[in-house]
Amino acid sequence: MTATRPRPRQITGRPELYTSYAQQLRMFNTRPKRLAVLAILLVALSLPFVYDDETLRLLALGLAAAIGAIGLNLVTGYAGQVTLGHAFFLAVGAYTAAALSGDPDGRTIGFGITNVLVWLLAAGLVAAVLGLLVAPLAARLRGLYLAVVTLGLVFLGEHIFKEWQELTGGPGVGRPGPVPELFGIRLNEAGVFTAEQKLYLLMLVLLVGFAVLARNLVRSKVGRAFSAIRDRDIAASVIGVNLTRYKALAFAISSFYAGCAGALVYTVSGFVEPGSFNLLLSVQYIAMVLIGGAGTISGSIMGALFITLLPRITRDLPAFLPLISADASVPLNVFQVETVLYGLLIIGFLLLEPRGLFGIWVRIRNYWKAWPFSY
Amino acid sequence: MIEFLSGVVSGLGAGSAYALLALGFVIVYKATRVISFAQPAFMLAGAVAVSYLVGPLGFVPALLLGVAGVALLGLATERAVIRPMVGRPVFVVAIITLGIDIAMRVVVNGFIGNDVRQVGDPWGLRRVNVLGIAVQQRHIAMIVTTAVLIGVLFAFFKYSRLGLAMRAASYDQETALAQGVSVGTVFALSWAIAAGLAAVAGTFVATGAGVDQQMWIIALKALPAIILGGLDSLGGAVVGGLTIGVVESLVSSYQSDFAPWLGQNFSVVSPYVVMLLILLVRPYGLFGTREVERV
Repeated sequence: MTATRPRPRQITGRPELYTSYAQQLRMFNTRPKRLAVLAILLVALSLPFVYDDETLRLLALGLAAAIGAIGLNLVTGYAGQVTLGHAFFLAVGAYTAAALSGDPDGRTIGFGITNVLVWLLAAGLVAAVLGLLVAPLAARLRGLYLAVVTLGLVFLGEHIFKEWQELTGGPGVGRPGPVPELFGIRLNEAGVFTAEQKLYLLMLVLLVGFAVLARNLVRSKVGRAFSAIRDRDIAASVIGVNLTRYKALAFAISSFYAGCAGALVYTVSGFVEPGSFNLLLSVQYIAMVLIGGAGTISGSIMGALFITLLPRITRDLPAFLPLISADASVPLNVFQVETVLYGLLIIGFLLLEPRGLFGIWVRIRNYWKAWPFSY
Repeated sequence: MIEFLSGVVSGLGAGSAYALLALGFVIVYKATRVISFAQPAFMLAGAVAVSYLVGPLGFVPALLLGVAGVALLGLATERAVIRPMVGRPVFVVAIITLGIDIAMRVVVNGFIGNDVRQVGDPWGLRRVNVLGIAVQQRHIAMIVTTAVLIGVLFAFFKYSRLGLAMRAASYDQETALAQGVSVGTVFALSWAIAAGLAAVAGTFVATGAGVDQQMWIIALKALPAIILGGLDSLGGAVVGGLTIGVVESLVSSYQSDFAPWLGQNFSVVSPYVVMLLILLVRPYGLFGTREVERV
């Protein structure tokens, strides 16, 4: 017997009245949401023709990092498994992609496969497989035990990447990032468009794809299972959620996203240094998720852009605050301010607005919804 | 054999610093159920404070004053940032301590500058012969100090009124509260003790080579130690810390002969390998309490 589904009906003037469950669960369940997303996309598409190349490069980095932040949000924000090991999976993705697309005759390992789609998929898959290897441990451990173990993963990874010089070029030396080529067009060299314009558009398209996939995942059975595990894992297993399986799945998916993000971030920056995959990188991604809003996809994107653009903002500070110096060798320079800001922003958001930037947006929205009768 | 024994002794020396740090982690964990990632910053702050005070005061008074100062810093941090978070998920509080660590370390690094600061200890890198083994004097001092501190701490927990209050609060917070234990005082005291222990450990790690900006990494080696011993076991923290120290020292003396393919400085990450192996067999560490959940 096939169930007949009533066609979802939108009632004029009642945007929040849902006449079916399917309608409420739709990805863009209200008209303002549809229009807003469309508008944001149009603005994002027009940016490459407005901004200079330097800004575009920064934005492209932010978009690539957003993919990684979405991945971390899936495992930490949705499935509730706290991991500090994101830097390790970013590194795995970056090195897989760099090795696949690298120059075969170069100083470091390279296979010369420069097609973006091939190395991106490979970077994601290798990271996902490693994520699955960690998963059995993750399934046995809870809460902070897991956080400490994944922290160990970062240190082990850092050691391996520093020692495996054929792959990574060694500490302080590094190797070129992945070479992006799509349909015969080199994306990191100027052609009809500049390299930055092409990279920005590539990152934008990929981010939209990854974000839609993630959004679809979290409103499906799998996503509901993740949330159930986060809220109370014992209760989840009682109602029939296979804990081991879903925790492993969360880790694999998150690592896949991290792998892709690692490959893309270092495509934009053009250079991979093995010392950069340290605890601070993991903390940056945690900061993206927490500042953006844990358990929201759009929040991850906001958080990633915020954290990536932060250095740009602090770099302008010396002009306003003469106390802060732009010289790295003097105490209280912009780099110190930047690091302190990471810490203080994490603390501040957790204390004052635990739902992050997304929460601020929800508050603004609710204020105007009830306007002029807001209290 | 001599090489092995001297490896073990220097491992015990380094391990006693890990044990002090691990004790700090465990004390905070037992009181608040949170791993305080701020320990590295307190450790660095302790060593730096001593390096500044040692000039006018001499080593021992500088150490005492530095430890007291850092303990106060821990107390203030708990009061300002951690207390408002009571009742929130432990993950959130743990991430906040991570934020504290990052912010505080930048400030402390500003005091270190780009060079290495000396803590002016009386031992340096001198060695003495004990039963035919050359032992660094500072390692002996570390082992003795740690043993004394551990004895005092355990006596404090066992016999003093406050120690009893701390044990009660860690066993069951609400019941302790109902019996008139000030849980707030317990939180504050555990942060102060943890910060003080970290400061002692930091100063001892800095004896010999001095303090630089990278020293905080050492504090994170106490994490494998507490996971090894079990997050909520004080004895486990000591055993874990000493084990990690010995393993690290032995790996650094033998790995280049037996397994050079693991790469230079593998000893630095060997604690994490030990931790992973132990967790595969015992998810709650060697002496940790198995979590039993009532639904």
